[in-house]
Amino acid sequence: MNTKTPDHPFLVQGQTGPWEVVIGLEIHAQITSASKLFSEAPTDFGADPNANVSFVDAAFPGMLPVLNAHCVDQAIKTGLGLNAEINLFSVFDRKNYFYADLPLGYQISQFHHPIVGRGSLEIQLPDHAPRTIGITRIHLEQDAGKSIHDQHPQKSHIDLNRSGVGLMEIVTEPDLRSAEEAMAFMRYLRGLLRYLGTCDGNMEQGSLRADVNVSLRRPGEAFGTRAETKNVNSIRFIGQAIAYEIQRQMAILESGGTVDQETRLFDPSKGETRTMRSKEDAHDYRYFPDPDLPPLVISQDHVDRLREALPELPQEKKQRFIRDFGLSTYDADLLTMDRDVADFYENALKVMDTVNAQTGKMLANWMMGDFFAALNRDGLAIKDSPVTPQHLAKLVQLITNDVISGKIAKDVFGFMWESKHDPEEIVKEKGLAQMVDPDALKPIIQEILQANLDKVAEYQSGKEKLFGFFVGLAMKATQGKANPALLNQILKEMLKGQ
Amino acid sequence: MTKSNDLTRLSLADAKKGLQSKDFTVKELTQAHLDAMKEKKDLNAFVLETPELALEQAAASQKKYDAGTQGPLEGLPIANKDLYCTKGIRTTACSKILASFIPPYESTVSQNLLDAGVVTLGKLNMDEFAMGSANMNSYFGPVINPWTDKEGTKSYVPGGSSGGSAAAVSAHMALAATASDTGGSIRQPASFCGLVGIKPTYGLCSRYGMIAFASSLDQAGPLTRTVEDAAMMLEAMAGHDPKDATSLNIPKPQYTQNLGGSIKGKRVGLPKEYYLKEMHPDILKKWDEAKAWLLDAGAELVDVSLPHTSYALPAYYIIAPAEASSNLARYDGVRYGFRRDADSLDALYEQTRSEGFGDEVKRRILIGTYVLSAGYYDAYYRKAGRLRRLIAQDFEKVFHECDVLLSATTPTPAFAFGEKPKDPISMYMNDVLTVPANIAGLPGISVPVGLSETGLPLGLQLVGPALSEALLFDVSLVLEKASNFLSMAQEKGNKR
Amino acid sequence: MMITLDDVQKIAWLSRIRLSDEEKHAMKDNLSAILGWVEKLDQVDTTGIEPLSSMHIPEMVCRTDVCHHTPMAEVITQNAPEKELNMFTVPKVVE
Repeated sequence: MNTKTPDHPFLVQGQTGPWEVVIGLEIHAQITSASKLFSEAPTDFGADPNANVSFVDAAFPGMLPVLNAHCVDQAIKTGLGLNAEINLFSVFDRKNYFYADLPLGYQISQFHHPIVGRGSLEIQLPDHAPRTIGITRIHLEQDAGKSIHDQHPQKSHIDLNRSGVGLMEIVTEPDLRSAEEAMAFMRYLRGLLRYLGTCDGNMEQGSLRADVNVSLRRPGEAFGTRAETKNVNSIRFIGQAIAYEIQRQMAILESGGTVDQETRLFDPSKGETRTMRSKEDAHDYRYFPDPDLPPLVISQDHVDRLREALPELPQEKKQRFIRDFGLSTYDADLLTMDRDVADFYENALKVMDTVNAQTGKMLANWMMGDFFAALNRDGLAIKDSPVTPQHLAKLVQLITNDVISGKIAKDVFGFMWESKHDPEEIVKEKGLAQMVDPDALKPIIQEILQANLDKVAEYQSGKEKLFGFFVGLAMKATQGKANPALLNQILKEMLKGQ
Repeated sequence: MTKSNDLTRLSLADAKKGLQSKDFTVKELTQAHLDAMKEKKDLNAFVLETPELALEQAAASQKKYDAGTQGPLEGLPIANKDLYCTKGIRTTACSKILASFIPPYESTVSQNLLDAGVVTLGKLNMDEFAMGSANMNSYFGPVINPWTDKEGTKSYVPGGSSGGSAAAVSAHMALAATASDTGGSIRQPASFCGLVGIKPTYGLCSRYGMIAFASSLDQAGPLTRTVEDAAMMLEAMAGHDPKDATSLNIPKPQYTQNLGGSIKGKRVGLPKEYYLKEMHPDILKKWDEAKAWLLDAGAELVDVSLPHTSYALPAYYIIAPAEASSNLARYDGVRYGFRRDADSLDALYEQTRSEGFGDEVKRRILIGTYVLSAGYYDAYYRKAGRLRRLIAQDFEKVFHECDVLLSATTPTPAFAFGEKPKDPISMYMNDVLTVPANIAGLPGISVPVGLSETGLPLGLQLVGPALSEALLFDVSLVLEKASNFLSMAQEKGNKR
Repeated sequence: MMITLDDVQKIAWLSRIRLSDEEKHAMKDNLSAILGWVEKLDQVDTTGIEPLSSMHIPEMVCRTDVCHHTPMAEVITQNAPEKELNMFTVPKVVE
């Protein structure tokens, strides 16, 4: 196996030698909560402009923030899921800057004392050893509103529906070494957040987005200057942005130039990053503790209670799947990364008569094969699948109980997908059950052999390759329903006896 | 003297008794104050008068009296400092930048008063965003102190920032008024205008809907003519508010029913650092007299020391501007208030804020921005925060040795327009004796105790430990009674 | 502490307050005087003293995660100097 660890980093070959890519992410994850971080306005996506805005969110004079306890718990749970230190004392600071969609003129965030400290997340790329990526911190902060630039040639419109929605900013160490790793990290993190129920991970709606820091260095040397690409909102775009940055920075460095420490934007239509026209570096955020909000003090008891109530997380589940259902590491990873997928798999196993390495593996293969292909083809989320876990389990059992062959099962699956019907009923209705009665098969085979006496003679004179020819004719005659093992056995006997 | 004038002479407590015993109606009481407002318009105490609303409220209050369902302050005409957001009624903080702002919500303090039954006469002038000590920084022009000297030739400042509140109550245009105190903005005008003004413990009154100047220092409080009235007002204004995370979660205080307790055996501390070189001799004299009154009432006097006192004012002038620079960032011409259009967003911000804010506000925003900026934060803001803890610790220690502190409220009586140097620091010195209580979040009250040689009111300040308001009222009552200020002032004082 | 015209310019920009040249000079003198005065604090050794920033309330009191009806968009925008389609409008912002 080709292992790549930080000691043997993934290197990019330039014209002047190898470069090591260093990537850190700052992920903004929208907290799953009914109301905003500091106000009672709802967080629903897609409301009419300024319909979900309280006077607090619009920073009216005299309005004050009051912290949402659930958002605090969500951040703690996320920290626990990332094996991180929970800081029992944390403080909200104001980050001061002027911007159109920032009504207060500051963002309430946590700068000096974040709620969550150091943690880690294990990731694994196919054919690579697992890697542990360091988490620097998680802090709570408010989202800004939205500026809309396409309504008027000279004006921007401001919608404050998102203003004040709770975010967790999850900051990684600069531990990632390739676009693939960064993308994998995002998939693992997204899966974990969805397990925890702390963020829905919906990247299209902006619930999860990342600032991507990329720099290059010669292997073994100190970190190079990094450029930060802001607000990238899909895993694919994160990959593209990193790939583009690697090429851009390498071209600069190899021609003897230096990379500017700057903020860039990703243009999805071109797959490129570009310098932000508004100058971020002119900022001086003047952080200071928000005098409207006393320090946030959490008891260890409360943290312990939240820890006890955590669901089984992907890593544990993965180990259990490997142990109990005979899955490979790769399959177990694929089935546990997303909670809905894992739940589907386990719900299916629950209704099976026998759960063992054979049935567990076969169910996994069906899910990762025809089932995922159908979901992808129709663009459906697993929750919206027309095939239920119970039905998929029955289909697998029809195979393991020799009622239908694997080949017929593919057809049955197609019918299930179209009709949402029970596979047993489909098999019964369409008469797809295998022929398992030798007395029913024998006359059909007899007829085939009679009609092909020349081939029988050839077979008997040693041309054993012709066996498949007879199997094909028998399958055709039975519309594929002949039990393959039984068919083979009877055919062999009858060919001998001719 | 007309009957109408008589009604404006009543204390809040006596007016309530009169309404209860039907000596006069709420309408008569309200109309008397509306007439006084007309008569004394030249003081510029009100920036918005709401006579129609007042008469509507008066009618509703009268019905409650008739039905016997009146609230604790039913039908009593008061007015609100223009810092309190009042639903549907223009609220400006006396700044051009909010000159057209109509809040769609009510502040908790003004709502509490409405719930207690008050009649509201209008909105009161103040220093812009409560920044000032003379009420000379208002977009609506300065307020004139109803008091003048024996000759009556000069115009005096009412103090600030609650200058409109002080002038209105002092000139009998309202029975009482709301005010706010960040560094002395209730107590200093109380002292200049011969009123009782209490800044309660930080967190006792909700800050929800009170336009912020410096969040960790701002506290609401009343200005009244008597100690009993102050107790009545504060009782109605105070109370826990879940909409303010800095609001104290304690039962609603009951000051009036226990008012007038004996102060026998109470230890009154005399902080040596509060004797300033620049102190006016008349004030020192009153301070000495007050000591005698308190001894007579059975209190003990203790010499005490608060060693970090002289650092309170400089620390304040770092902390308050820092918080203000951030609190006032929301005034950007986008969602409400004044706007000067421009062809870029930054130019719009710059022009709106340059034109919308007055000089003192701009000065404090710039200082605040400076002390928070990269490279200076530790030297200024963090340093001031450390001094703040030392000052708070001074008070903690001293309240093991005594129950309340007695000092002057201000180093001098009110000054005439044009008689104070215009440089900011000299103006800031007005707050030197009041600021420490804000820095430590402690309650402080100013009580009028006499007149200067020239005939201007003089106030003394009492500061107590957190939530000692009831004790402050009891000690204040002793001073009020012994000084006999109201009758003495009526006899000897010279009001416009 | 003497602050320079450049300092004044920098903090005026951070504060989004435009000053005329005359105002800048006046502000420079004012701010220098005030900052010089507050430097009195340097006389006190504050080693090991934690800054105090919140009064009497040692811990945050949180609210439960319950929504409350929000004002109509028309109310949120009713005080706006300029609005369109229930949104606030500003000169076009370039990112």
